[in-house]
Amino acid sequence: MTTTTDTPVTAPAARTTPAKRPGGRQREGAAWVFLSPWVLGAAVLTLLPMAVSLYLSFTDYDLFNPPRWVGLRNYTQMFTEDPRYWRSVGATLTYVVIAVPLQLGIALVVALGLKSMRRGRGFYRSAFYAPSLLGASMSIALVWRALFNDGGTVDNLLGTGGWVNRPGWALFAVALLTVWQFGAPMVIFLAGLQQIPTELYEAASVDGASRWRQFLSITVPMLSPVIFFNLVLQTIQAFQVFTPAFAVSGGKGGPADSTLFYTLYLYDRGFVASHMGYASAMAWVLLIVIGAVTAVLFRTSRTWVFYASEGDR
Amino acid sequence: MTTSTTPTGPSAATDTSAATAAVRKPVARRRVALHLGALAALLVMLYPLAWLLATSLKPADEVIASLDLLPGSLEWSNYSTALDGVNDVSVWRLLSNSLLIAGGAVVGNVLSCSLAAYAFARLRFRFRGPLFAFMIATIMLPHHAVLIPQYIIFNQLGMVNTYWPLILPKFLATEAFFVFLIVQFMRGLPRELEEAARIDGCGPFRSFFLVILPLTRPALITTAIFTFIWTWNDFFTQLIYLFSPEKFTLTLALRSFVDASSTSAFGPMFAMSVIALLPIVLFFLAFQRFLVEGMANSGIKG
Repeated sequence: MTTTTDTPVTAPAARTTPAKRPGGRQREGAAWVFLSPWVLGAAVLTLLPMAVSLYLSFTDYDLFNPPRWVGLRNYTQMFTEDPRYWRSVGATLTYVVIAVPLQLGIALVVALGLKSMRRGRGFYRSAFYAPSLLGASMSIALVWRALFNDGGTVDNLLGTGGWVNRPGWALFAVALLTVWQFGAPMVIFLAGLQQIPTELYEAASVDGASRWRQFLSITVPMLSPVIFFNLVLQTIQAFQVFTPAFAVSGGKGGPADSTLFYTLYLYDRGFVASHMGYASAMAWVLLIVIGAVTAVLFRTSRTWVFYASEGDR
Repeated sequence: MTTSTTPTGPSAATDTSAATAAVRKPVARRRVALHLGALAALLVMLYPLAWLLATSLKPADEVIASLDLLPGSLEWSNYSTALDGVNDVSVWRLLSNSLLIAGGAVVGNVLSCSLAAYAFARLRFRFRGPLFAFMIATIMLPHHAVLIPQYIIFNQLGMVNTYWPLILPKFLATEAFFVFLIVQFMRGLPRELEEAARIDGCGPFRSFFLVILPLTRPALITTAIFTFIWTWNDFFTQLIYLFSPEKFTLTLALRSFVDASSTSAFGPMFAMSVIALLPIVLFFLAFQRFLVEGMANSGIKG
């Protein structure tokens, strides 16, 4: 390569204006070679599909006949004429609002407990993390359905009957499966907690601050970027849960549409009923809602997330 | 923690030891309470897994009649029934289908994500900033927004009911989470290594394959394991793309039990569930350090 021979000469210049270095174009070419699979994927499997699904959302399309332009009809039908759509929105929002705070709250409490534990921390960390790997599987979803069914363990223990057969309760069974997987955010919390300098706590206890005071004034602000990260990640994931709702409700979203999650209804409209246009419209509404929720989380984060190292960046 | 502080002067030393003595008792009690709490939580957490294992060995009449966790007698025939598979497709076939998809996804992700990550982490090119921001944004992109057109594209290419729609996207670095993970790792490697490689006459390709890639091994292993487990657990994509029973994976075969509500199939169904979970459990036991550390780092360095 020619670049190597003149590197010593051009090195100082290269530091300030790298693009102008002889052979810079060649290196830029190399960068695009490395990027090519990603560029292809982003173009053909992300951007193009997004554009196509936006177009399809204004059409009537069943995969076999060419799409027929219907304007905003899918959207008006969705918002004004389809009670199942609103039930799916309700089920999804209820689930997100219950499952995410509960999961993150438990994750934080367990992480705080493990942080002050000296022996066995590694063991418990791994053991609590394991359900996060198993929980997304069909196997565990089937276990959940059996545990929360009539005559299942929960029914026998609490005498509530099978949760999965009661409209008001089935959602909680799915939410508890999410809570069961608190290990992933917990591991992230624990790593965040371990990065808080111990001097802060030492100084605070010298000043006579109680443990609760220390938690509120040191732990929460120092951990707020990690709390924020977990909140965004888990919220986005919760909006897209599919397998457990599918398994718990036998693929139908029942009883009485109480576990008809947005993704389940989207699958039903698109792939069972072959209303691809309608399903595309649903997908775009989901995309906009997730984008809006993320934007709101980011916007509000300015008031409560504290970045200690902002100055060094 | 008072015991671990190093006293800086005589007065500090007495202060610390006095404080230690005063708090030792509550600390010890607190520690016992912590362990008891953790142990109790662990038992609750592990109950569903214990239940699964026990039920997979229970005779049909015990599944509903008996409330004991442990089976009265071990019904190994559940497993032999499970091995026969579903829809005349044996479990071995289902297992190798699952392995093929997961294996293809692992190779694809490790290769394509590390290539893209190297460009983002180390090389200069036009629009790097906006492209990186776009890449990060796609981490949050809901899969469903692109699902239907992707299905239409693969349908046009005649790839529905083949494994291509499940494997091909992985070779195009569509899982931006892993690109980001590897970028973060590569940024931590000293730049001097590549400088040295360049002086020794290595171009970007050789320095990537010979210098950077071997050093990125921990991040690549994390990528490989997570890809394997997530692909193994995946249900939605397989559900829409595969419909011939002989192409089914273990997850799709288990799905056929979702509609069946008869409890007589409980034993074999959960035996098959155990078989389906086994690879993940083995991976977890073998690589738990990589998994836990990989998950921990994903949140901290971001």
